Amino acid sequence: MNVTIVDYKSGNISSVINSFKEVAENKVKIEVTSDVSKIKSTDKVVLPGQGSFKSCVDALQSIKGLVDCLNEFVMNKKKPLLGICVGLQMFADVGYEESETKGLGWISGKVTKIDNQNGKYKLPHIGWNQINIVKGSKIFKNIKDKSHMYFVHSYEFVPTDKNSILATTDYSSKHVCAVEKENIFGTQFHPEKSDKTGLKIINNFINL
Amino acid sequence: MLKNRIIPCLDVKNGRVVKGINFVDLKDAGDPVEQAKIYSDGGADEICFLDITASNENRDTIYEVVEKTSKKCFVPLTVGGGVRSIDDINKLLNRGADKVSINTAAVENSKVVVDSSKKFGSQCIVVAIDAKKNGDKWEVFTHGGRNNSGIDALEYAKKMEESGAGELLVTSMDRDGTQVGYDIELMSKISSRVNIPLIASGGVGNLDHLVEGIKSGKASAVLAASIFHYGKYSVKEAKQYLESKGIPVRT
Repeated sequence: MNVTIVDYKSGNISSVINSFKEVAENKVKIEVTSDVSKIKSTDKVVLPGQGSFKSCVDALQSIKGLVDCLNEFVMNKKKPLLGICVGLQMFADVGYEESETKGLGWISGKVTKIDNQNGKYKLPHIGWNQINIVKGSKIFKNIKDKSHMYFVHSYEFVPTDKNSILATTDYSSKHVCAVEKENIFGTQFHPEKSDKTGLKIINNFINL
Repeated sequence: MLKNRIIPCLDVKNGRVVKGINFVDLKDAGDPVEQAKIYSDGGADEICFLDITASNENRDTIYEVVEKTSKKCFVPLTVGGGVRSIDDINKLLNRGADKVSINTAAVENSKVVVDSSKKFGSQCIVVAIDAKKNGDKWEVFTHGGRNNSGIDALEYAKKMEESGAGELLVTSMDRDGTQVGYDIELMSKISSRVNIPLIASGGVGNLDHLVEGIKSGKASAVLAASIFHYGKYSVKEAKQYLESKGIPVRT
C-alpha cells in the first residue's frame, strides 16, 4: 500500500513525514510528492497545511492539475484522505483568513477566526487540549475520549453539516477539531506532534 | 481546556549538550537526541534546543541534532540560537524543527519576523526576548545578553506581536541562572499587553516558581533548564505538583 503526503510547498511538513514513516515501519510505503500522476495512483492521501488558509489554497492551485486530481481522488474514487490543520480547513467552502477565499468544498461550511472574547483567550490556540469525541470513527480506534492533542491555530472550521463532526475541543467555545465524511477525514490538531496518542491516529488512518 | 505547558530546554554547543541530565544511565550523556527523548518520554509538552555554538563553522551541527531528534520525538520541537535569516529558519524547519525562535535578528530588523511569519506561518515563529531591568523599565538585550539595545521590552513585545510572532519566549536576564524564580512582574506586564502566548524563562529553582510563572506571571508555558538537567525534579514530578496546585496540565 502507498500513502502519499502531498508536498505543495506550503509550510513545514517534515514532522508529518517523520511521524508517518515512524508508524509505517517499512510495511507501508510513504511517498512525499506533488506529482499529480503519482497522487492519482496512490491508495491514501495526506493533505497537511500550515500558514494561512489563503496561502495554502493558493499553493495548491499553483500546481497544475493538483486540485482536479484531489477532487477526483476524493469525490469519484472515494479513496481515503486525511487533512491536517489547514489541510482540514480547506475542506470548507470558504475561508476568511487574509481575505475571503474559496476552499475545496468537500465538507460544507466556513473557516472563521476563533472569538478571543476581547483578549480573554490568547491566539493562536497553542498547546495541548483535550478532545471531546462526539462520534465513533475508525481513526479514533483505541483513542480515549478526553485525550490530549497538540493544537496550533487561530481559525476554526464551522461545518454546516453537523453529522461530519467527530470531535470538539474547548477553547473560547466548543470548536470542531476532527471531522469525517465518508472517505474524508480531518484533524485540526496535529497528530504528528501529539505524542503516542497522535501516532495511534496516524496508524489508524494507515490501517483503514 | 487548554493545558499549561512545561518545556525543558537543552543548551547545545557544537552538537553536544552543555548542561545535561547527570543522573540517568545514559550511554552518551552529551547526546542531545537521547536527552530530548528522555524528556519527551517523561511527558515534556515541548522540547527546546538553544544552540550556543559560537563559531559559524560548527553551526551545521545543530541541523543534524534537529534531524535526528525529530525522528524520535513526536512532540513539538523549538530551536533557537544564531537564527539570522529566512534561510536559517527554512533549514531548521526542513530538518524537523516545528518552531524557530529568533532573538538578535528580530531586534536588529523586525522585517525578518514579518517575512518569516508570512512565509512559514506565525505558528512556527517564536520571538525570544532577553530583558533586563533598568530603573522602572526593562530593556532588550541581544547577542546572548552581551549588548543592550536600549529598547523598552514591553513596547518591543507588542511590536513583535504586530510583526507576526506566534509566541514570545521571555527571559529575565536578572534572574537567569539565579534559581530565585521568574521575574513575575516582567512576565505579567508583557503577558497582559499582548494577545499571543508567553513562555516564561529564566530563574527557576523549584516547582513553586513554575506555579508562580503561570498563576502570577500569566505565562501559557514555563521553560526551565537546570532543575530538570541536574535531576532535581523530573518533568513528571513538575506536572504532578502543578496539578496539585490547580494548574491544568497534560498528564
